[in-house]
Amino acid sequence: MSGWLRHHLAALAHAAGRLLRHPVGSLLTALVIGIALALPAGGLLLLDNAGRVVGDVGERPEISLFMAMPPDATATAEIERRLAESAEVASFEYVPRERALTQLAEAGLADVIDDLPDNPLPDAFVVTPAALDPGAFGEIATRFGEWPGVAHVQLDSAWVERIHALIELGRKTFWLLAALLASALVVVTFNTIRLQLMTQRAEIAVSRLLGATDHFIRRPFLWTGLLQGLAGGLVAWLLLSAMVTALRDPVARLASSYGAVFTLQPPAATEVAALLAIAAALGLAGAALSVDRHLRATD
Amino acid sequence: MPCSASTLPAVAADARNPPRNTEMIDFDQVSLRYPGGSGGVHEASFALARGEFAVLSGHSGAGKSSLLKLIAAIQRPTAGRVSVGGQDVGRLPRQAIPYLRRNIGLVLQEIRLLLDRNVFDNVMLPLQITGHPPADASKRVHAALERVGLAGRGQEMPLSLSGGEQQRAAIARAVVNRPSILLADEPTAHLDAAYAADIAALFRSFHAAGVTVIVATHDSSLFDDAAPRRLVMDHGHLREAS
Repeated sequence: MSGWLRHHLAALAHAAGRLLRHPVGSLLTALVIGIALALPAGGLLLLDNAGRVVGDVGERPEISLFMAMPPDATATAEIERRLAESAEVASFEYVPRERALTQLAEAGLADVIDDLPDNPLPDAFVVTPAALDPGAFGEIATRFGEWPGVAHVQLDSAWVERIHALIELGRKTFWLLAALLASALVVVTFNTIRLQLMTQRAEIAVSRLLGATDHFIRRPFLWTGLLQGLAGGLVAWLLLSAMVTALRDPVARLASSYGAVFTLQPPAATEVAALLAIAAALGLAGAALSVDRHLRATD
Repeated sequence: MPCSASTLPAVAADARNPPRNTEMIDFDQVSLRYPGGSGGVHEASFALARGEFAVLSGHSGAGKSSLLKLIAAIQRPTAGRVSVGGQDVGRLPRQAIPYLRRNIGLVLQEIRLLLDRNVFDNVMLPLQITGHPPADASKRVHAALERVGLAGRGQEMPLSLSGGEQQRAAIARAVVNRPSILLADEPTAHLDAAYAADIAALFRSFHAAGVTVIVATHDSSLFDDAAPRRLVMDHGHLREAS
């Protein structure tokens, strides 16, 4: 076994032993790190789930084209021809003004309609665009609005775009929160390692006199920071799993009340791995800053 | 348990990195002045050959500890040149100092055993630092403990040992890495006469095994048997005693 590997294994064993010898302190530190990580991670997980729902809906946007009044059969036929030939249109449905009036009556407005002297509704087309990018829908709608005989265009996916924007805003907010809490985690680890350095001041001083390099002194503290971060990451994962378990049924019931089937998804394996890696890296960073500062101060 | 030089196995015979010349330690007009102007050492010059034994005496505050710290690169000279094993200590890069110290056994005035680990682990520390394979390191620790008369006491905690036993454990830790130089700062300061003679015998035995030894002490007579070089510090000035 190489000396380098032996040094690292010894430092790892030393660090793990120190954490296990102080289970309460180690657990509390892991809880602090875990809760701080779970907050932004949970938020991002919920937003990802919301994004998935909106994404599903956003794949079926609709653009409504309302023809000008009074009705012009020639203009309506021309628009129908253009839609049939357009590569931007996945499908469309012609809704004659008579059917629109019937649907309105069936929707509970029969009394109002009876009082009207004439059918005020125009002919309409409900178009499903071929594009999937919500950003392209506006441009398509604008072009349709410029066709002769089209009086008004209504983009039915506007609300989806707004939700997308809200989700994006939420995602950025949680990333900012994550960055702030990551800094806090580095500070927590920095301080934990600083306290350990203080209690092991004599050991460090003696080790230096016996020929210990800075690497030798740093190694166990770096492993301690990394293990603390990793433990915090595990706590965060457990908290996220508990959150998903607790919210899964209420969310499914809420979706069901809207006639949808939706299951809250737990973080994927790659996301869990990323969470643990980030937690370990933050612990490592805090420990490195702390031990470097100590070594410089006591040099 | 007292021990005698005749029963001690040689542990320092393979002292590594011997100098090309015979001078293991060479001071040339070396001064050490502490911040604030208080002087530690003033223009000291002397040379110690490989395997030589020197006793450094002088009153408290005369500069004995400062001189030893200069050899171990705990302090850097403010003037002059300190050479250890052919290396200019004053110009040694910071990263190289640990490797210099691995060739120097240090026995400090304050014993500095780590109180949270047993005697065996205290003596093991230098070997962990140098990355010795555990099996070999364990044999060396047992040999060092046997050499200082603490065989079978490895599992005891430092505070359960007497002052003399603690000092012997510190000596075992200093020699377990088989250094070519052994520096001791008042190793018998807090010991009664019997223990002090015992410790002195240990240093004589290391000298007999080829180690270069410098002992700073108030009581140089303890080392008379080794017929040492006698260096005297007086207010930072070094002179050779007749």
